[in-house]
Amino acid sequence: MIWENILIYFVVIPVLTLAGLAICKNIKQVRAVSVIGATVLMALGVYLLVEFLQLRAAGVADEMLFCGDWMWFEPMNIKLSLGVDGISVAMLLLSCVIVFAGVFASWNMDPLPREYFMWFWLLSTGVFGFFIAIDLFTMFMFYEVALIPMYLLIGVWGSGNKNYSAMKLTLMLMGASALLMLGIIGVYFHSSADGNLTMNLLEIARNNAIPHEWQYFLFPMTFVGFGVLGAMFPFHTWSPDGHASAPTAVSMLHAGVLMKLGGYGCFRIAIYLMPHAANELAWIFLVLTGISVVYGAFSACVQTDLKYINAYSSVSHCGMVLFAILMLNTTAMTGAIMQMLSHGLMTALFFALIGMIYGRTHTRDIRKMGGLMQIMPFLGVGYVIAGLANLGLPGFSGFVAEMTIFVGSFAHADLFHRVLTIMACTAIVITAVYILRVVGKMLYGPVHDEHHRTLTDAVWHEKFAVITLIVCVAGLGCFPNFFNEIIYDSFAPIIKALGAF
Amino acid sequence: MDLTLLMYLIPSLIMFCCGVYGFITRKNMIAILISLELMLNAVDINFVVFNRFLFPGEMEGMFFSLFAIAIAAAETALVIAIIINVFRMAKNIDIRELTKMKF
Amino acid sequence: MDFSYSYLVLVLPLITFLFLGLMGTRLSRKTAGVIGTAMMGVAAVIAYSVALEYFFGADQGQIVDGIRQQIIAWDLTWLEFTENLVIKVGFLLDPISAMMLIVITTVSFLVHLYSLGYMQDHEHKYEKGLQRYYAFLSLFTLSMLGLVVAPNIFQMYIFWELVGVSSYLLIGFYYTLPAAVSASKKAFIVTRFADLGFLIGILLLSFYTQTFDFITLTSNPTAAIATAGGATFMGCSVMAWALTLIFMGGAGKSAMFPLHIWLPDAMEGPTPVSALIHAATMVVAGVFLVARLFPLYCLEEGTMTVITVIGAFTAFYAAAVACVQSDIKRVLAFSTISQIAFMITSLGVARPELHEGVGYMASMFHLFTHAMFKALLFLCAGAIIHAVHSNEMSAMGGLRKYMPICNIAFLIGCLAIAGIPPFAGFFSKDEILVAAFEQNTFWGIWMMLVAGMTAFYMFRLYYKIFWWNNPDYGHHTPHDAPMTMSLPLIILSLVSIVAGLIPFGEFVSWNRADYHIHLNMTVAVSSVAVAVVAILLATKLYLKENSAPAKMANAFKGLWTAAYHRFYMDELYQFITHKIIFERVSRPLAWFDRQIVDGSLNGLANIANSASYAIRKLQSGSIQSYVYVYLIGALLLAAVTVICLI
Repeated sequence: MIWENILIYFVVIPVLTLAGLAICKNIKQVRAVSVIGATVLMALGVYLLVEFLQLRAAGVADEMLFCGDWMWFEPMNIKLSLGVDGISVAMLLLSCVIVFAGVFASWNMDPLPREYFMWFWLLSTGVFGFFIAIDLFTMFMFYEVALIPMYLLIGVWGSGNKNYSAMKLTLMLMGASALLMLGIIGVYFHSSADGNLTMNLLEIARNNAIPHEWQYFLFPMTFVGFGVLGAMFPFHTWSPDGHASAPTAVSMLHAGVLMKLGGYGCFRIAIYLMPHAANELAWIFLVLTGISVVYGAFSACVQTDLKYINAYSSVSHCGMVLFAILMLNTTAMTGAIMQMLSHGLMTALFFALIGMIYGRTHTRDIRKMGGLMQIMPFLGVGYVIAGLANLGLPGFSGFVAEMTIFVGSFAHADLFHRVLTIMACTAIVITAVYILRVVGKMLYGPVHDEHHRTLTDAVWHEKFAVITLIVCVAGLGCFPNFFNEIIYDSFAPIIKALGAF
Repeated sequence: MDLTLLMYLIPSLIMFCCGVYGFITRKNMIAILISLELMLNAVDINFVVFNRFLFPGEMEGMFFSLFAIAIAAAETALVIAIIINVFRMAKNIDIRELTKMKF
Repeated sequence: MDFSYSYLVLVLPLITFLFLGLMGTRLSRKTAGVIGTAMMGVAAVIAYSVALEYFFGADQGQIVDGIRQQIIAWDLTWLEFTENLVIKVGFLLDPISAMMLIVITTVSFLVHLYSLGYMQDHEHKYEKGLQRYYAFLSLFTLSMLGLVVAPNIFQMYIFWELVGVSSYLLIGFYYTLPAAVSASKKAFIVTRFADLGFLIGILLLSFYTQTFDFITLTSNPTAAIATAGGATFMGCSVMAWALTLIFMGGAGKSAMFPLHIWLPDAMEGPTPVSALIHAATMVVAGVFLVARLFPLYCLEEGTMTVITVIGAFTAFYAAAVACVQSDIKRVLAFSTISQIAFMITSLGVARPELHEGVGYMASMFHLFTHAMFKALLFLCAGAIIHAVHSNEMSAMGGLRKYMPICNIAFLIGCLAIAGIPPFAGFFSKDEILVAAFEQNTFWGIWMMLVAGMTAFYMFRLYYKIFWWNNPDYGHHTPHDAPMTMSLPLIILSLVSIVAGLIPFGEFVSWNRADYHIHLNMTVAVSSVAVAVVAILLATKLYLKENSAPAKMANAFKGLWTAAYHRFYMDELYQFITHKIIFERVSRPLAWFDRQIVDGSLNGLANIANSASYAIRKLQSGSIQSYVYVYLIGALLLAAVTVICLI
């Protein structure tokens, strides 16, 4: 029975929360329902992790655990196939944390809080569905479910040039999903040599039947399709505008989770299913993502809007994710997943703080702020911590992720990979430049605007969101081996597929 | 003198062409309506005439014309009502000016 | 008893940091300070016991066949990159790490104690943010200890970054002052840039040797070098590149030319911080790093030459700049750069076959003595600044009458750094000169010249502060510092007097065997003679207020101005970062992003839009035009049909 599978509850709980929100009368009920939903989801995430570890410890060596499938469209052999490996578990946990913190960060959402939370939870449904599914069609469906609410969340509750941003974001991502759709259908029709076409990832990978000439065609399609969501140069421009206009929690969810769908899809679908083309064509995308890394960092240096700075920083860090994935070895790919976790948490933290600061000063222009550390010490300290985590300070997750990526990338001894890796390394210096620039201008120094002296520090729900995220970032940074091992082992089948192409 | 089919059809054709010309060129909604009625009546005449000359024993053509005349009357009433309402709203019944609902 | 209790040395500062960082604001400032100092005291006691037990304790395998062994007290797996490349956080005990344990905890404890007195304003109220200050000091101590006891290069890198950030936080302690903020930023970014080299070096090294472990790397250096299999890049062997890049990291932290620019600015931080971080401990991390990998370095002749040249040039450059600075902390900062350059040069000229690797021992010896007397000088400077509320020499003069303790302590520090026997600096500097002469007479003479300059600018500083003239201090006469501040001065003075007599070579040498120091009389006598001449010159010029220095400055105006502006290195950097990186790279990139990348997308959207607008005309909604088109179409069709039928 479908209800016996623990994974389905990752979709059921958001849907129930949605239903609960539909009957809420006032903001208190909305908050209560959302907090309950997020907490239950978080508990479920932790429970899944424990179960997963126990099964692995008991020696269950299957590629995916908690598998199950239920037919829902016979003619195309589309099933609701569920299953998770260590990577999905990590991503699910990340999503739980971000959603949890996101709920607290949008505590005082105005106007239409109920509708806002409903879209928020619909987006979450899509995200969770994407990570638990292993059927191409189901994944794609949930992917779309996650994208559409973004339009409304930005368009209605956003700030600044929100209509433009929302439209741009939606159009670019829709364009990407068109490519993706073609890619997925192409994969489906070559999924099997003997005519038993399937949408199931694992079966497709096992069959390994996609002809090489088709791979050359389908790999770029799927990779770019997901790469757009992963903010790959030159398809990244939706991200700065989208982030700048989105409300706090949406930025958090967006950078924290949604952009991760891109990276996750890239290796789960593009690389895993089409290893031959991945090996042959990786260099093109390596160049593009390498550019992303450096380019994002440089662009961030001269921005003056806080959100733009972090959006470009996201471009740089997400570029690092795709960059590492394309290195096609276990260490670098593990680093990529760590970077996804780390970037998700850090950026969520950043956007939460920016939202809180913006909510007080009503400006995001760093030239108009100064000395905020004296006025709101909690937010200031939080921002410094987020900044230090972002520039890769040991003890925070960013360092671990970046180092794993660099060590993995350096395993390629040829000049091409070396040069790109060293180029990517330089990004950590540039990151330090723009982070310290912001911190110095905004938080330190004398108070720039006397009106700011009357502002207040964070209140309890804001502190709660910030502390949750800081604890996660520091936890991941201080005890990295826990997740590292879970992720590292999960890459074995993918690396095997790559080796056997 | 015997009335031939052609003697009916030529006035009807002229009437229809007048209607088409009026429909395309006139800007006043009432005039357009009148042109429309002209075309309709031309067609009615054709119905009756063809019925009379091709199937003399049958009455379907006549009935169809009657039916069309009735509907045309209802339609005219409806359109005039719309035009009056449009006039009330826009103080104008020139179709070049009435683009409010277009975009 | 084994060394496993040594984890306390790291854990105590960590607890202090977390406790003061999280709970700090609930405590009173004084309580926080006292807790921080007390915890540091305990940590220092434990560190001493570890170090002393390592050197003198009952045999637990510390010495085998007359060679001191490297002992890993404990380790924990922290992160596994691959099967081979595993980071283990651990505690490596060997002569240099034990020596560093003593140096760091001593200076750190004294600075903690000193800060209790220093961090007060005129009304003897503790300064705002003292909890934060002590938390950061603990963080720094933790990181520095973690750095020196690192058993693998990656742990060193981790703590390397952490000392960087604690230095950043402490320089920017007065975060409302723009100068402090930009100084802290500069320090972080410059060292971060250097660390990029360090990181790439580590990656290269670990890629070929497949290990991070210092013991594995250094126990068989020839094999480690050979793993690269003769791979070359741009004409040099890959290993030479790796080691040079690692040295770049060290050069950044140790403020070697041209990466020295952050250190003088770092003096914007509180003076005790300068004493601890920017004089005694953190800035010698680069020296320590090279010493740690010395067996590898000494196999790469090219890299050693680079190190020697950079060290020797920096020593001279910094000494030249120090001669003309007017801010007393800047003088001390350049003096620090110069002295560290001495250590670096000493490592650069050290060869195992030359005089049993005297350079290595000399470098470590100088590190040890320098930490003591330079901390002493900085703490004295702190006391002086505290008394006259200014960093500028012009605001001082004749202070010997008002601050006797400080006067004597400072004089001891100056004598030590100038290399006058029997003070500590004499012995260590002498060994460095011996090492330099062993390698090449040119370097020997060069370094001796720099040593003379050292004596000159230090005594210039001393006379300008304590003699020179007698300005009117008004009703607010300077006086000696309170006991919390004076006690560290006295302790460090005593150490600076006797530290040179320690038979250092018995403890530390490049192959960890006994090394007997014997003075090379020729070098010793000539270096003392140079120092004395320099001191006499300084006495002549600066003992009493006179116009000779100003005349000299005018006579060599161009040179003097250039030196005063530190030979325009800062301006050069400013130009590169702002004019080139920001204006020529970042801005065009941002423009490119907005206009070209985004613009092309917007253009695409606009094309789609205008195409839609164009097509929209066809769907005008005007029935008349539909009918018109329809009619024409119908007539055309009819015509075609008719033509076809005919």
